[in-house]
Amino acid sequence: MRVTFTVNGREQEADDVWEGESLLYVLRERMGLPGSKNACEQGECGSCTVRLDDVPVCSCLVAAGQVQGREVVTVEGLADQARERGGRATDGTTLDQAKGWQAKPHGAQAAQPGQLAPIQQAFIDAGAVQCGFCTPGLLVAADELLERNSSPTDADIREALSGNLCRCTGYEKILDAVRLAAARQDEVV
Amino acid sequence: MKTFQYERPADADTAVALLADAPTGAYLGGGTNLVDLMKLGVAAPDLLVDVSRLPFDAVEETGTGGLRIGAAVRNSTLAVHPLVRERYPVLSQALLSGASTQLRNAATVGGNLLQRTRCPYFQDVGKPCNKRRPGTGCPAREGAHRDLAVLGASEHCVATNPSDMAVALAALDAIVDVASGHGPRRVPLTDLHRLPGDAPDRDTTLRHGELITAVELPPPMPGARSAYRKARDRASYAFALASVGAVLQVREGLVHHVRVAFGALAAKPWRARTAEEALLGEPATTASFDDAVRHELAAARPLRDNGYKVPLARRMAVSMLTELAAASAGGTP
Ligand SMILES: Cc1cc2nc3c(=O)[nH]c(=O)nc-3n(C[C@H](O)[C@H](O)[C@H](O)COP(=O)(O)OP(=O)(O)OC[C@H]3O[C@@H](n4cnc5c(N)ncnc54)[C@H](O)[C@@H]3O)c2cc1C
Ligand code: SF4
Repeated sequence: MRVTFTVNGREQEADDVWEGESLLYVLRERMGLPGSKNACEQGECGSCTVRLDDVPVCSCLVAAGQVQGREVVTVEGLADQARERGGRATDGTTLDQAKGWQAKPHGAQAAQPGQLAPIQQAFIDAGAVQCGFCTPGLLVAADELLERNSSPTDADIREALSGNLCRCTGYEKILDAVRLAAARQDEVV
Repeated sequence: MKTFQYERPADADTAVALLADAPTGAYLGGGTNLVDLMKLGVAAPDLLVDVSRLPFDAVEETGTGGLRIGAAVRNSTLAVHPLVRERYPVLSQALLSGASTQLRNAATVGGNLLQRTRCPYFQDVGKPCNKRRPGTGCPAREGAHRDLAVLGASEHCVATNPSDMAVALAALDAIVDVASGHGPRRVPLTDLHRLPGDAPDRDTTLRHGELITAVELPPPMPGARSAYRKARDRASYAFALASVGAVLQVREGLVHHVRVAFGALAAKPWRARTAEEALLGEPATTASFDDAVRHELAAARPLRDNGYKVPLARRMAVSMLTELAAASAGGTP
């Protein structure tokens, strides 16, 4: 089947999609967007979190056909989305520039390579990234939390991120990162 | 995963007609349970009829002051709906206690009601299981059953229903609207799920192809209080070990209206009718709540490793009813 939907602000089309493919598979294997991670594949770990029509979902449990005509934002689109919201996209690290992903087949569509959304910068600054596998899902979930709730309590952060499992950090640095991003958001306003 | 056909009809009639012709097809809501089971090989429908975008996505007041909830309404939307928060706190609390933000955003009301058990043997196609493959046996009885049923189980199956939402709906006397080729019918929520008996493969009383279109709540009892509480292994994002949803209305110190439903104790939300009957007209005190709930749970038949559920559920219910009685008397919302 053919599936047409918007990914990070651009209309995308995938042909010959097998019905049994998940949204996660389509993003990673057909759209060249490997940011969303493929881990438990059962909706338990949140590594595959993307926004579907604005709300975070586990893309591993969304059947490809279900996204027809809908809007998806992945971790690759966070910087752009942050800019559209009027937040700052900050300059990223050299490492990020060096290893910046290449979107295919439609070419790079994010902000300039290396530009980061404030939540991404906060994760780096707070040391909230270790192996990095859970990071994209956490970023999408945390970004959505801060969009909804600009000064979340610790309980709000814990609840909003409870669907994202991390095996390295013990979560403390992740909480720090979200608090940091919230505080910086306040400074800007 | 087995190859299947995917259809997304624009209206309910087409959806019903599509499935009527497909004996091994299934409706698809948010996919958070069915897609998972298809990946595991537990479910292998040859046709998925996507009903998640049918126009059943409204939450509306009914003519009598109740609430009509479309089957495609997302769990997250329903949980924060102002009328639900204000009039049916038990429902809002139950929804928010279930799964994670990501899953609640995708999950629909219809799909939540028909989600299948989390019994580990059911989900493992390498193991026997009477629910998945009738007649193969029930390894849970002797094996891992710490999370499984203490009420209403049979020698054929001791699984529990995992839904938090359904427990709240049972306490609220909800009615489920169903469409099919034979016309619409209305099923009380408490008659939707069934106990395993000798046919544990049938979770519900629905027939193949019946489509849930809405859930209707009667008007809230004036002055009644309601709440949901869930015991689990983690503070968030875990299925219930035991849960309780209750609605209580007290007049002049006496129980005027009471509904108690337990979750995670049986294959269906367990309405504590024995306790409710015993409480009607009695003083709204901890002592009468304790008596009544003990009476109810006398029917429990725990297995080797799940006996803890009985006192846990009792204490949760008694303390909740006591709190609701205090709130009811004190007039705090
Ligand atoms: C990691 C994880 C943790 C979870 N934790 C909890 C928890 O703590 N508490 C809890 O209550 N739940 C929990 N859940 C379960 C979750 O709530 C369900 O998966 C969800 O509610 C199912 O809704 P859905 O729309 O995605 O259903 P689907 O997966 O789309 O469908 C489920 C079933 O319903 C049928 N169906 C769907 N819509 C209709 C309809 N309108 N009419 C007739 N049949 C229909 C489908 O054919 C299928 O059999 C958890 C799930 C996961 C993956
Ligand atoms: S309890 Fe029910 S679902 Fe679990 S193994 Fe036994 S028959 Fe299967």
